[in-house]
Amino acid sequence: MPLYSEKVMEHFKNPRNVGEIENADGIGEVGNPVCGDMMTFYIKVKDNHLEDVKFQTFGCGAAIAVSSMVSEMAKGKTIEEALKITNKMVAEKLEGLPSNKMHCSNLGASALHKAIENYLEKKKVKLKVKEMPKPSEEKVCCCPYCKSSITMPYPYCQSCGKEYVFCPTCKKPYPKGTRTCSQCGKKLE
Amino acid sequence: MRKVYLDNAATTPIHPEVLKVMLPYLKEIYGNPLSLHDFGEEAKKGIEKARSQVANLIGASPEEIIFTSSGTESNNLALKGIAQANSKKGNHIIVSQIEHFSVLYPAKALEKAGFEVTYIPVDQYGLVDPTDIEKKIKKETILISVMFANGEIGTIEPIKEIGKIAREKGVCFHTDAVQAAGIIPIDVNETQVDLLSLSSHQFYGPKGVGALFVRKGIRILPFIEGGIQEDGKRPGTENVAGIVGLGRAAELARQELPERITYLAPLRDKLIEGLLGKIDRIILTGHPTKRLPGHVSICIEFIEGESMLMFLNMEGIAASSGSACTSRALKASHVLLATGISHETAHGSLVFSIGMKNTKEDIDYVLEVLPPIVERLRKMSPLYAKYLKVKGGI
Repeated sequence: MPLYSEKVMEHFKNPRNVGEIENADGIGEVGNPVCGDMMTFYIKVKDNHLEDVKFQTFGCGAAIAVSSMVSEMAKGKTIEEALKITNKMVAEKLEGLPSNKMHCSNLGASALHKAIENYLEKKKVKLKVKEMPKPSEEKVCCCPYCKSSITMPYPYCQSCGKEYVFCPTCKKPYPKGTRTCSQCGKKLE
Repeated sequence: MRKVYLDNAATTPIHPEVLKVMLPYLKEIYGNPLSLHDFGEEAKKGIEKARSQVANLIGASPEEIIFTSSGTESNNLALKGIAQANSKKGNHIIVSQIEHFSVLYPAKALEKAGFEVTYIPVDQYGLVDPTDIEKKIKKETILISVMFANGEIGTIEPIKEIGKIAREKGVCFHTDAVQAAGIIPIDVNETQVDLLSLSSHQFYGPKGVGALFVRKGIRILPFIEGGIQEDGKRPGTENVAGIVGLGRAAELARQELPERITYLAPLRDKLIEGLLGKIDRIILTGHPTKRLPGHVSICIEFIEGESMLMFLNMEGIAASSGSACTSRALKASHVLLATGISHETAHGSLVFSIGMKNTKEDIDYVLEVLPPIVERLRKMSPLYAKYLKVKGGI
């Protein structure tokens, strides 16, 4: 298949971590068979690390390769590190995806994050990373890039994948790299 | 590694005899067919011979054949040419829901330009009901277009019955015969079609050339202007070698048609029987008997078409699929969906189209290679896992 990189083909032919985890700590399912892509991620968590990651995928070559790569990138990482895995990072590690297959990389990252979310909900664990705010109950924050609502305490936008940082005082989100909060003057990083 | 080409619905290899007749027209016979001197005359002769050969394939007269660049162009010329020539008579066009995009897109463009288009549904086998068409014909109807056979599901449409209705009602009838011409017998007088599109590379001719049959007396407006070639209907210096190739391919097809069908049909049936026997949760799409002699189209549940094609390709097998991931627009085949197949099932589509170069051993090879591929992909599939749990629960 000329459109796929060698890395994609490699992960497609020899996908890592295929399967289910019985009594998984978290399960995340994204996509649906109507659209043509569906991924389910299973995670086992020990000491805040993803001890085991498994997946099942219904989808094309890109979908399978992405799932495999995401599982490889996530296994052994901490929860916080795994939450930082973005679709762009996955596509880069796969040495690129055809533009009409980029949505597969979004699904892969989302499925992993949903599994983590599922785990966090079950355990009611609070995230230990400083810049993880609770979504404000009074007002909904918006991504500084694409203006989509921020509903989850992740360091990147669920819609466009870009990373941002929050002001620790007033919780306002800024593009990553911004030094000072324009609202309260606090230093951001 | 064994190479097995089973995508003849996409294109076919050039027949050696076709290549043979083309070569002189790529070498010594290079004149422009319009030129008055001998160089031009020789080229012109080649074209006119091809015209007769194509006409004979479908039971037409040579002057009723226009050479184009492709089936797509022929379809565009038919739809737009008839619509524009008859816009004063009426503005209603009837097409089936499973037409090729080269019919559907011109129809949509005409819709935007103010024409009214009725899209006739098909049944679970992809068959059009001629009475559905009859019911929709009205005073303003100027064109009916229904394909002779469908390349995604192999179904052969009731063209003769539709032709009868169209003739009775005095409506122009076009058929896209790209997947049928040179493959199954066609007679334009028996079927009473008024326009017919065909494409050279579907029956062992070269790519880059097609034809449109336009019955004498039917008026069409060309959409390419500025030349007198093809009687002004399709200006532009002709693809002489291509046309000569198409002519010879048509002649060979006409001579060999019965033997080709006798050769292909058993291979098709063997593949269908084998796949349905070895793989569970699989369906045959299209009509079980009214189907093209080399066409095998199936949907395999719980897994996706592109990933199957990739594994097949690694084993040397070339096939096709109607899944969303295999289309540029990421949409599942409109043909499969029109037959009532769900999106989910459509994504597991696989199409094998057998040709004259395929052998029984090729079929055996597919039957050996595909089931393990299906098993491998199903092991990875959350849908299959869910199905097994439900099955185990019963």
